[in-house]
Amino acid sequence: MIFNIYDFTSFTQWIDNLLYSNLSPFWALIVEMTLIGLVFLLGYALVGLFLVYLERKVCALMQNRIGPNRVGPFGLFQTIADLIKLLLKELISIKHSDKLLFNIAPFIVIIASFLCIAAIPFAKGLHAMDFNIGVFYVMAVSSMGVVGILIAGWSSNNKYSLIGAMRSGAQIVSYELSVGLSLITMVVLAGSMQFSTIVEAQSDGWFIFKGHISSVIAFVIFMIASTAETNRGPFDLAEAESELTAGFHTEYSGIKFAFFFLAEYMNMFIVAAIAATVFWGGWMPLHIGGLEGFNNAMDFIPPFIWFFGKTFVIIFLMMWFKWTFPRLRIDQLLTLEWKYLLPINLINVLIMAFLVLMGWHF
Amino acid sequence: MNIIGYITDIFKGVISLLKGMKVTGSYFFRPWTVVTQKYPENRKKLEMYERMKGEIVMPHNAKNEHKCTGCGICELNCPNGSIEIITFQLVSEDGKKKRAIDKHIYRIGMCTFCGLCVKTCPSKALSFAPNFEHAVFSRERLTKILNKEGSVLEKGVEG
Repeated sequence: MIFNIYDFTSFTQWIDNLLYSNLSPFWALIVEMTLIGLVFLLGYALVGLFLVYLERKVCALMQNRIGPNRVGPFGLFQTIADLIKLLLKELISIKHSDKLLFNIAPFIVIIASFLCIAAIPFAKGLHAMDFNIGVFYVMAVSSMGVVGILIAGWSSNNKYSLIGAMRSGAQIVSYELSVGLSLITMVVLAGSMQFSTIVEAQSDGWFIFKGHISSVIAFVIFMIASTAETNRGPFDLAEAESELTAGFHTEYSGIKFAFFFLAEYMNMFIVAAIAATVFWGGWMPLHIGGLEGFNNAMDFIPPFIWFFGKTFVIIFLMMWFKWTFPRLRIDQLLTLEWKYLLPINLINVLIMAFLVLMGWHF
Repeated sequence: MNIIGYITDIFKGVISLLKGMKVTGSYFFRPWTVVTQKYPENRKKLEMYERMKGEIVMPHNAKNEHKCTGCGICELNCPNGSIEIITFQLVSEDGKKKRAIDKHIYRIGMCTFCGLCVKTCPSKALSFAPNFEHAVFSRERLTKILNKEGSVLEKGVEG
Protein backbone atom coordinates (compact mmCIF):
# COMPACT_ATOMS: atom_id res chain seq x y z
CA MET A 1 0.00 0.00 0.00
CA ILE A 2 1.62 3.19 -1.18
CA PHE A 3 -0.95 5.61 0.17
CA ASN A 4 -1.07 5.52 3.95
CA ILE A 5 -2.83 8.19 5.96
CA TYR A 6 -0.59 7.54 8.95
CA ASP A 7 2.69 8.01 7.11
CA PHE A 8 3.02 9.96 3.87
CA THR A 9 6.74 9.20 3.42
CA SER A 10 6.21 6.27 1.06
CA PHE A 11 3.62 8.23 -0.95
CA THR A 12 5.86 11.24 -1.51
CA GLN A 13 8.78 8.88 -2.24
CA TRP A 14 6.66 7.13 -4.85
CA ILE A 15 5.83 10.40 -6.62
CA ASP A 16 9.47 11.42 -6.44
CA ASN A 17 10.67 8.13 -7.95
CA LEU A 18 7.98 8.22 -10.62
CA LEU A 19 9.01 11.70 -11.74
CA TYR A 20 12.74 11.03 -11.68
CA SER A 21 12.44 7.76 -13.60
CA ASN A 22 10.36 9.35 -16.37
CA LEU A 23 11.94 12.80 -16.70
CA SER A 24 15.38 14.31 -16.69
CA PRO A 25 16.42 15.46 -13.17
CA PHE A 26 16.00 19.13 -14.08
CA TRP A 27 12.44 18.75 -15.35
CA ALA A 28 11.54 16.36 -12.52
CA LEU A 29 12.58 19.04 -10.03
CA ILE A 30 10.59 21.71 -11.90
CA VAL A 31 7.47 19.50 -12.01
CA GLU A 32 7.85 18.64 -8.33
CA MET A 33 8.14 22.28 -7.32
CA THR A 34 5.17 23.24 -9.49
CA LEU A 35 3.06 20.48 -7.97
CA ILE A 36 3.89 21.53 -4.42
CA GLY A 37 3.29 25.17 -5.32
CA LEU A 38 -0.12 24.35 -6.75
CA VAL A 39 -1.09 22.32 -3.71
CA PHE A 40 -0.03 25.16 -1.44
CA LEU A 41 -1.84 27.77 -3.53
CA LEU A 42 -5.04 25.76 -3.37
CA GLY A 43 -4.65 25.09 0.34
CA TYR A 44 -3.82 28.74 0.93
CA ALA A 45 -6.98 29.96 -0.76
CA LEU A 46 -9.21 27.36 0.89
CA VAL A 47 -7.81 27.79 4.40
CA GLY A 48 -7.86 31.58 4.03
CA LEU A 49 -11.49 31.64 2.94
CA PHE A 50 -12.49 29.22 5.68
CA LEU A 51 -10.68 31.27 8.32
CA VAL A 52 -12.51 34.44 7.28
CA TYR A 53 -15.80 32.57 7.63
CA LEU A 54 -14.73 31.09 10.96
CA GLU A 55 -13.68 34.46 12.31
CA ARG A 56 -17.00 36.04 11.42
CA LYS A 57 -18.93 33.17 12.95
CA VAL A 58 -16.87 33.06 16.16
CA CYS A 59 -17.04 36.83 16.54
CA ALA A 60 -20.80 36.79 16.00
CA LEU A 61 -21.41 34.11 18.62
CA MET A 62 -19.27 35.96 21.14
CA GLN A 63 -21.36 39.07 20.55
CA ASN A 64 -24.70 37.21 20.77
CA ARG A 65 -25.27 37.40 17.02
CA ILE A 66 -25.73 34.71 14.36
CA GLY A 67 -23.16 35.82 11.80
CA PRO A 68 -23.25 34.93 8.09
CA ASN A 69 -26.30 32.73 7.48
CA ARG A 70 -27.72 33.63 4.07
CA VAL A 71 -25.37 32.26 1.38
CA GLY A 72 -25.38 28.48 1.46
CA PRO A 73 -25.99 26.30 4.51
CA PHE A 74 -24.97 28.21 7.67
CA GLY A 75 -23.57 30.92 5.38
CA LEU A 76 -20.67 28.69 4.37
CA PHE A 77 -20.35 30.25 0.90
CA GLN A 78 -20.44 33.82 2.16
CA THR A 79 -16.68 34.26 1.87
CA ILE A 80 -16.69 32.84 -1.67
CA ALA A 81 -19.30 35.42 -2.60
CA ASP A 82 -17.11 38.08 -0.98
CA LEU A 83 -14.11 36.88 -2.95
CA ILE A 84 -16.03 37.09 -6.24
CA LYS A 85 -17.08 40.61 -5.31
CA LEU A 86 -13.48 41.58 -4.58
CA LEU A 87 -12.28 40.06 -7.86
CA LEU A 88 -14.80 42.12 -9.82
CA LYS A 89 -13.98 45.40 -8.12
CA GLU A 90 -12.02 48.17 -9.75
CA LEU A 91 -8.34 48.58 -8.95
CA ILE A 92 -8.12 52.29 -8.26
CA SER A 93 -4.74 53.86 -9.00
CA ILE A 94 -3.74 56.65 -6.65
CA LYS A 95 -2.47 60.01 -7.91
CA HIS A 96 1.12 60.89 -6.92
CA SER A 97 1.71 57.46 -5.46
CA ASP A 98 4.77 55.34 -6.11
CA LYS A 99 3.20 53.03 -8.70
CA LEU A 100 5.86 50.31 -8.63
CA LEU A 101 6.08 49.99 -4.85
CA PHE A 102 2.32 50.34 -4.52
CA ASN A 103 1.80 47.35 -6.79
CA ILE A 104 4.62 45.27 -5.33
CA ALA A 105 3.65 45.64 -1.65
CA PRO A 106 0.75 43.14 -1.50
CA PHE A 107 2.90 40.52 -3.21
CA ILE A 108 5.72 40.93 -0.70
CA VAL A 109 3.27 40.44 2.15
CA ILE A 110 1.75 37.35 0.58
CA ILE A 111 5.11 35.87 -0.48
CA ALA A 112 6.38 36.19 3.10
CA SER A 113 3.53 34.10 4.39
CA PHE A 114 3.93 31.63 1.51
CA LEU A 115 7.59 31.08 2.34
CA CYS A 116 6.60 30.21 5.91
CA ILE A 117 4.26 27.41 4.90
CA ALA A 118 7.12 25.53 3.25
CA ALA A 119 8.68 24.74 6.61
CA ILE A 120 5.57 23.52 8.41
CA PRO A 121 5.18 19.75 8.88
CA PHE A 122 1.52 18.92 8.21
CA ALA A 123 1.78 15.19 8.88
CA LYS A 124 4.40 12.49 8.96
CA GLY A 125 6.28 12.88 5.67
CA LEU A 126 4.04 15.72 4.53
CA HIS A 127 6.62 18.45 4.65
CA ALA A 128 7.73 20.61 1.74
CA MET A 129 11.18 21.44 3.09
CA ASP A 130 12.75 20.00 6.23
CA PHE A 131 15.39 22.61 7.03
CA ASN A 132 17.86 21.80 9.78
CA ILE A 133 17.25 25.37 11.01
CA GLY A 134 13.48 25.33 10.49
CA VAL A 135 12.58 27.49 13.51
CA PHE A 136 15.17 30.09 12.55
CA TYR A 137 13.99 30.06 8.93
CA VAL A 138 10.37 30.66 9.91
CA MET A 139 11.30 33.55 12.17
CA ALA A 140 13.46 35.13 9.49
CA VAL A 141 10.91 34.77 6.72
CA SER A 142 7.85 35.80 8.72
CA SER A 143 9.45 39.13 9.59
CA MET A 144 9.70 39.89 5.86
CA GLY A 145 6.01 40.70 5.82
CA VAL A 146 6.64 43.98 7.63
CA VAL A 147 8.68 45.19 4.66
CA GLY A 148 5.58 44.80 2.51
CA ILE A 149 3.48 46.67 5.03
CA LEU A 150 6.00 49.52 5.27
CA ILE A 151 6.19 49.76 1.47
CA ALA A 152 2.40 49.76 1.24
CA GLY A 153 2.16 52.58 3.77
CA TRP A 154 4.92 54.64 2.18
CA SER A 155 3.83 54.31 -1.44
CA SER A 156 0.15 55.12 -0.81
CA ASN A 157 0.82 58.86 -0.43
CA ASN A 158 -1.62 58.94 2.47
CA LYS A 159 -1.02 59.99 6.04
CA TYR A 160 -3.22 57.29 7.50
CA SER A 161 -1.33 54.63 5.60
CA LEU A 162 2.05 55.99 6.61
CA ILE A 163 1.18 56.22 10.30
CA GLY A 164 -0.30 52.73 10.22
CA ALA A 165 2.77 51.32 8.53
CA MET A 166 5.17 53.02 10.94
CA ARG A 167 3.22 51.71 13.93
CA SER A 168 3.29 48.27 12.42
CA GLY A 169 7.05 48.55 11.96
CA ALA A 170 7.63 49.55 15.59
CA GLN A 171 5.31 46.81 16.74
CA ILE A 172 6.81 43.98 14.72
CA VAL A 173 10.41 44.92 15.46
CA SER A 174 9.57 44.87 19.18
CA TYR A 175 7.52 41.71 19.28
CA GLU A 176 9.89 39.78 17.03
CA LEU A 177 12.16 39.61 20.06
CA SER A 178 9.56 37.91 22.22
CA VAL A 179 8.57 35.45 19.51
CA GLY A 180 12.20 34.57 18.97
CA LEU A 181 13.03 34.20 22.64
CA SER A 182 10.00 32.07 23.43
CA LEU A 183 10.85 29.80 20.51
CA ILE A 184 14.47 29.67 21.68
CA THR A 185 13.21 28.51 25.07
CA MET A 186 11.63 25.54 23.34
CA VAL A 187 14.69 24.99 21.15
CA VAL A 188 16.72 24.68 24.35
CA LEU A 189 14.35 21.93 25.48
CA ALA A 190 14.29 20.19 22.10
CA GLY A 191 18.00 20.57 21.43
CA SER A 192 17.31 21.10 17.74
CA MET A 193 15.92 23.67 15.32
CA GLN A 194 14.70 21.10 12.83
CA PHE A 195 10.92 20.78 12.85
CA SER A 196 10.94 17.03 12.19
CA THR A 197 13.29 16.46 15.14
CA ILE A 198 11.20 18.73 17.36
CA VAL A 199 8.06 16.76 16.53
CA GLU A 200 9.79 13.39 17.00
CA ALA A 201 11.12 14.53 20.38
CA GLN A 202 7.51 14.98 21.53
CA SER A 203 6.54 11.36 20.91
CA ASP A 204 6.53 10.65 24.67
CA GLY A 205 4.77 13.85 25.73
CA TRP A 206 4.24 17.29 24.25
CA PHE A 207 6.73 20.00 25.14
CA ILE A 208 4.10 22.01 26.97
CA PHE A 209 3.88 19.13 29.46
CA LYS A 210 7.56 18.17 29.33
CA GLY A 211 8.89 21.62 30.19
CA HIS A 212 5.99 22.34 32.62
CA ILE A 213 6.31 25.88 34.15
CA SER A 214 8.81 27.22 31.67
CA SER A 215 6.92 25.85 28.66
CA VAL A 216 3.59 27.26 29.78
CA ILE A 217 5.11 30.72 30.27
CA ALA A 218 6.82 30.47 26.88
CA PHE A 219 3.53 29.39 25.28
CA VAL A 220 1.59 32.31 26.75
CA ILE A 221 4.29 34.76 25.67
CA PHE A 222 4.42 33.21 22.21
CA MET A 223 0.66 33.57 21.85
CA ILE A 224 0.73 37.24 22.89
CA ALA A 225 3.76 38.16 20.81
CA SER A 226 2.67 36.28 17.71
CA THR A 227 -0.78 37.85 17.85
CA ALA A 228 1.00 41.20 17.85
CA GLU A 229 3.27 40.10 15.03
CA THR A 230 0.36 39.17 12.79
CA ASN A 231 -1.18 42.62 13.40
CA ARG A 232 -4.33 41.16 14.86
CA GLY A 233 -6.49 42.59 17.60
CA PRO A 234 -5.96 43.61 20.39
CA PHE A 235 -2.69 44.67 18.73
CA ASP A 236 -4.15 45.82 15.40
CA LEU A 237 -2.80 49.36 15.73
CA ALA A 238 -1.54 49.21 12.16
CA GLU A 239 -5.10 49.33 10.88
CA ALA A 240 -6.97 50.78 13.88
CA GLU A 241 -10.23 51.48 12.05
CA SER A 242 -11.50 54.16 14.38
CA GLU A 243 -8.45 56.40 14.03
CA LEU A 244 -6.68 55.41 10.80
CA THR A 245 -9.63 54.22 8.66
CA ALA A 246 -7.77 51.08 7.58
CA GLY A 247 -4.12 51.89 8.23
CA PHE A 248 -1.65 50.68 5.64
CA HIS A 249 -4.27 49.27 3.26
CA THR A 250 -6.51 52.36 3.21
CA GLU A 251 -5.78 53.03 -0.47
CA TYR A 252 -5.95 49.47 -1.70
CA SER A 253 -9.00 48.09 -3.42
CA GLY A 254 -10.17 44.94 -5.13
CA ILE A 255 -7.86 41.97 -5.28
CA LYS A 256 -4.85 43.87 -3.89
CA PHE A 257 -6.83 44.52 -0.73
CA ALA A 258 -7.85 40.86 -0.75
CA PHE A 259 -4.17 39.89 -0.78
CA PHE A 260 -3.53 41.84 2.42
CA PHE A 261 -6.66 40.37 3.93
CA LEU A 262 -5.74 36.82 2.95
CA ALA A 263 -2.16 37.27 4.13
CA GLU A 264 -3.39 38.40 7.55
CA TYR A 265 -5.48 35.27 7.96
CA MET A 266 -2.78 32.98 6.62
CA ASN A 267 -0.26 34.52 8.99
CA MET A 268 -2.63 33.64 11.77
CA PHE A 269 -2.78 30.07 10.50
CA ILE A 270 1.01 29.87 10.21
CA VAL A 271 1.57 31.24 13.69
CA ALA A 272 -0.98 28.80 15.09
CA ALA A 273 0.65 25.95 13.18
CA ILE A 274 4.07 26.82 14.59
CA ALA A 275 2.66 27.08 18.10
CA ALA A 276 0.99 23.70 17.61
CA THR A 277 4.22 22.17 16.30
CA VAL A 278 6.60 23.56 18.87
CA PHE A 279 4.42 23.44 21.98
CA TRP A 280 1.69 20.90 21.33
CA GLY A 281 3.56 18.31 19.32
CA GLY A 282 2.47 19.13 15.76
CA TRP A 283 1.08 16.01 14.11
CA MET A 284 2.20 13.85 17.03
CA PRO A 285 -0.79 12.26 18.79
CA LEU A 286 -1.25 12.76 22.52
CA HIS A 287 1.21 10.34 24.09
CA ILE A 288 1.83 9.77 27.76
CA GLY A 289 5.12 8.01 28.47
CA GLY A 290 4.53 4.49 29.81
CA LEU A 291 0.84 4.05 28.91
CA GLU A 292 1.07 1.68 25.90
CA GLY A 293 -2.65 1.05 25.43
CA PHE A 294 -3.57 4.73 25.60
CA ASN A 295 -0.78 5.65 23.17
CA ASN A 296 -1.89 3.03 20.66
CA ALA A 297 -5.48 4.25 20.86
CA MET A 298 -4.33 7.81 20.21
CA ASP A 299 -2.18 6.65 17.26
CA PHE A 300 -5.37 5.45 15.60
CA ILE A 301 -6.36 9.06 14.81
CA PRO A 302 -4.45 10.16 11.67
CA PRO A 303 -1.64 12.70 12.24
CA PHE A 304 -3.01 15.37 9.92
CA ILE A 305 -6.23 15.43 11.95
CA TRP A 306 -4.13 15.98 15.06
CA PHE A 307 -2.22 18.77 13.34
CA PHE A 308 -5.26 20.64 12.04
CA GLY A 309 -7.18 20.05 15.25
CA LYS A 310 -4.46 21.62 17.36
CA THR A 311 -3.96 24.45 14.90
CA PHE A 312 -7.63 25.33 14.88
CA VAL A 313 -7.83 25.22 18.67
CA ILE A 314 -5.01 27.78 18.80
CA ILE A 315 -6.67 29.86 16.06
CA PHE A 316 -9.85 29.84 18.14
CA LEU A 317 -7.80 31.06 21.10
CA MET A 318 -6.46 33.95 19.01
CA MET A 319 -9.96 34.86 17.86
CA TRP A 320 -11.09 34.73 21.46
CA PHE A 321 -8.43 37.33 22.34
CA LYS A 322 -9.35 39.52 19.45
CA TRP A 323 -13.05 39.69 20.22
CA THR A 324 -12.60 40.16 23.97
CA PHE A 325 -9.88 42.71 24.54
CA PRO A 326 -9.89 46.39 23.58
CA ARG A 327 -7.15 47.75 21.34
CA LEU A 328 -3.97 48.94 23.07
CA ARG A 329 -2.46 52.38 22.72
CA ILE A 330 0.95 52.53 21.04
CA ASP A 331 2.77 53.38 24.30
CA GLN A 332 0.92 50.62 26.17
CA LEU A 333 1.90 48.24 23.41
CA LEU A 334 5.59 49.06 23.67
CA THR A 335 5.45 49.03 27.50
CA LEU A 336 3.94 45.56 27.44
CA GLU A 337 6.76 44.29 25.25
CA TRP A 338 9.84 46.00 26.67
CA LYS A 339 8.90 46.18 30.37
CA TYR A 340 6.97 42.94 30.80
CA LEU A 341 7.31 40.31 28.10
CA LEU A 342 11.01 40.73 27.41
CA PRO A 343 12.27 40.52 31.04
CA ILE A 344 9.95 37.59 31.77
CA ASN A 345 11.14 35.90 28.61
CA LEU A 346 14.84 36.34 29.41
CA ILE A 347 14.34 34.88 32.89
CA ASN A 348 12.26 32.09 31.36
CA VAL A 349 15.10 31.10 29.00
CA LEU A 350 17.39 30.87 32.02
CA ILE A 351 14.87 28.75 33.93
CA MET A 352 14.48 26.44 30.96
CA ALA A 353 18.25 26.08 30.55
CA PHE A 354 18.49 25.27 34.25
CA LEU A 355 15.67 22.71 34.00
CA VAL A 356 17.36 21.02 31.05
CA LEU A 357 20.77 21.04 32.77
CA MET A 358 19.39 19.49 35.95
CA GLY A 359 17.19 17.08 34.01
CA TRP A 360 14.06 18.28 35.79
CA HIS A 361 11.91 18.09 32.68
CA PHE A 362 9.93 14.95 31.95
CA MET B 1 8.59 50.44 40.80
CA ASN B 2 9.37 47.78 43.35
CA ILE B 3 9.64 44.16 42.36
CA ILE B 4 6.66 42.93 44.39
CA GLY B 5 4.40 45.57 42.86
CA TYR B 6 5.67 44.54 39.42
CA ILE B 7 4.82 40.89 39.94
CA THR B 8 1.41 41.52 41.53
CA ASP B 9 0.72 43.85 38.61
CA ILE B 10 1.29 41.00 36.16
CA PHE B 11 -0.96 38.61 38.05
CA LYS B 12 -3.72 41.18 38.47
CA GLY B 13 -3.52 41.94 34.77
CA VAL B 14 -3.72 38.29 33.79
CA ILE B 15 -6.69 37.69 36.11
CA SER B 16 -8.62 40.67 34.75
CA LEU B 17 -7.93 39.50 31.19
CA LEU B 18 -9.22 36.02 32.06
CA LYS B 19 -12.38 37.57 33.49
CA GLY B 20 -13.03 39.26 30.17
CA MET B 21 -12.40 36.05 28.27
CA LYS B 22 -14.82 34.25 30.58
CA VAL B 23 -17.63 36.57 29.52
CA THR B 24 -17.12 36.19 25.78
CA GLY B 25 -16.34 32.49 26.14
CA SER B 26 -19.54 31.86 28.07
CA TYR B 27 -21.54 33.47 25.26
CA PHE B 28 -19.66 31.47 22.62
CA PHE B 29 -20.36 28.13 24.27
CA ARG B 30 -24.03 28.95 24.84
CA PRO B 31 -25.36 29.60 21.31
CA TRP B 32 -28.93 29.83 22.59
CA THR B 33 -28.12 33.25 24.05
CA VAL B 34 -28.08 34.70 20.51
CA VAL B 35 -30.54 37.59 20.36
CA THR B 36 -30.66 38.09 16.59
CA GLN B 37 -34.12 37.50 15.06
CA LYS B 38 -34.24 35.81 11.66
CA TYR B 39 -36.79 38.37 10.55
CA PRO B 40 -38.47 37.45 7.27
CA GLU B 41 -38.64 33.77 8.24
CA ASN B 42 -40.12 34.27 11.69
CA ARG B 43 -42.44 37.12 10.64
CA LYS B 44 -45.57 35.30 11.83
CA LYS B 45 -44.39 34.72 15.40
CA LEU B 46 -42.19 37.79 15.72
CA GLU B 47 -42.71 39.56 19.02
CA MET B 48 -41.58 43.14 19.28
CA TYR B 49 -40.81 44.87 22.52
CA GLU B 50 -43.49 47.00 24.17
CA ARG B 51 -41.27 50.07 24.36
CA MET B 52 -40.39 50.04 20.66
CA LYS B 53 -41.11 53.36 18.94
CA GLY B 54 -42.54 51.97 15.71
CA GLU B 55 -45.31 54.46 14.96
CA ILE B 56 -47.66 56.81 16.78
CA VAL B 57 -51.20 55.62 17.38
CA MET B 58 -54.25 56.96 19.17
CA PRO B 59 -55.68 54.18 21.35
CA HIS B 60 -59.44 53.76 21.17
CA ASN B 61 -61.52 51.86 23.70
CA ALA B 62 -64.25 49.35 22.95
CA LYS B 63 -66.94 52.04 22.56
CA ASN B 64 -64.87 53.74 19.84
CA GLU B 65 -63.83 56.55 22.14
CA HIS B 66 -60.46 58.29 22.23
CA LYS B 67 -58.93 60.78 24.65
CA CYS B 68 -57.94 63.55 22.25
CA THR B 69 -59.51 66.92 23.08
CA GLY B 70 -58.05 68.66 20.07
CA CYS B 71 -55.99 71.11 22.14
CA GLY B 72 -53.21 71.15 19.53
CA ILE B 73 -50.26 70.82 21.95
CA CYS B 74 -48.87 67.90 19.98
CA GLU B 75 -49.10 69.93 16.77
CA LEU B 76 -47.21 72.81 18.40
CA ASN B 77 -44.56 70.53 19.85
CA CYS B 78 -43.83 68.51 16.75
CA PRO B 79 -40.43 69.67 15.42
CA ASN B 80 -41.09 68.45 11.88
CA GLY B 81 -44.67 69.54 11.52
CA SER B 82 -45.83 66.01 10.92
CA ILE B 83 -48.99 66.46 12.99
CA GLU B 84 -51.95 68.53 11.89
CA ILE B 85 -55.24 68.74 13.79
CA ILE B 86 -58.52 69.76 12.23
CA THR B 87 -61.20 70.63 14.78
CA PHE B 88 -64.81 71.71 14.64
CA GLN B 89 -67.34 73.23 17.09
CA LEU B 90 -69.60 70.78 18.84
CA VAL B 91 -72.74 72.03 20.55
CA SER B 92 -73.79 69.87 23.48
CA GLU B 93 -77.37 69.35 24.81
CA ASP B 94 -77.15 72.20 27.33
CA GLY B 95 -76.11 74.65 24.66
CA LYS B 96 -72.41 74.76 25.49
CA LYS B 97 -69.96 75.06 22.62
CA LYS B 98 -67.14 72.56 22.68
CA ARG B 99 -64.14 71.83 20.49
CA ALA B 100 -63.78 68.33 19.07
CA ILE B 101 -61.39 66.78 16.55
CA ASP B 102 -62.43 66.11 13.05
CA LYS B 103 -59.11 64.70 11.87
CA HIS B 104 -55.85 64.04 13.68
CA ILE B 105 -53.47 63.89 10.71
CA TYR B 106 -50.12 62.17 11.25
CA ARG B 107 -47.52 62.14 8.45
CA ILE B 108 -45.23 59.19 9.28
CA GLY B 109 -42.92 60.04 6.41
CA MET B 110 -41.81 63.20 8.22
CA CYS B 111 -41.79 61.73 11.73
CA THR B 112 -38.49 61.19 13.51
CA PHE B 113 -40.08 59.32 16.42
CA CYS B 114 -38.75 61.84 18.92
CA GLY B 115 -41.75 61.22 21.15
CA LEU B 116 -42.45 64.85 22.05
CA CYS B 117 -46.13 64.56 21.11
CA VAL B 118 -46.59 61.49 23.29
CA LYS B 119 -44.73 63.13 26.15
CA THR B 120 -46.55 66.46 26.09
CA CYS B 121 -50.13 65.28 25.49
CA PRO B 122 -52.09 66.44 28.58
CA SER B 123 -54.73 63.76 28.26
CA LYS B 124 -52.38 60.92 27.24
CA ALA B 125 -54.26 60.40 24.01
CA LEU B 126 -51.21 59.31 21.95
CA SER B 127 -48.86 56.38 22.38
CA PHE B 128 -46.24 54.41 20.52
CA ALA B 129 -46.97 51.09 18.85
CA PRO B 130 -44.34 48.49 17.95
CA ASN B 131 -45.39 48.02 14.32
CA PHE B 132 -42.41 48.74 12.06
CA GLU B 133 -43.42 47.54 8.60
CA HIS B 134 -44.21 50.91 7.05
CA ALA B 135 -43.14 50.35 3.45
CA VAL B 136 -45.81 51.54 0.99
CA PHE B 137 -45.91 52.17 -2.74
CA SER B 138 -47.12 55.78 -2.72
CA ARG B 139 -46.25 58.77 -0.61
CA GLU B 140 -49.92 59.58 0.04
CA ARG B 141 -50.33 56.45 2.08
CA LEU B 142 -47.77 57.72 4.56
CA THR B 143 -50.30 60.31 5.71
CA LYS B 144 -52.49 58.69 8.33
CA ILE B 145 -55.58 59.81 10.20
CA LEU B 146 -55.23 58.64 13.77
CA ASN B 147 -58.79 59.02 15.02
CA LYS B 148 -61.11 56.32 13.77
CA GLU B 149 -64.26 56.92 11.77
CA GLY B 150 -67.11 58.14 13.96
CA SER B 151 -65.13 58.10 17.17
CA VAL B 152 -65.95 60.55 19.96
CA LEU B 153 -64.19 61.91 23.02
CA GLU B 154 -64.17 59.67 26.06
CA LYS B 155 -66.29 60.96 28.95
CA GLY B 156 -64.42 62.51 31.82
CA VAL B 157 -61.24 63.39 29.95
CA GLU B 158 -62.21 67.01 29.65
CA GLY B 159 -62.97 68.63 33.02
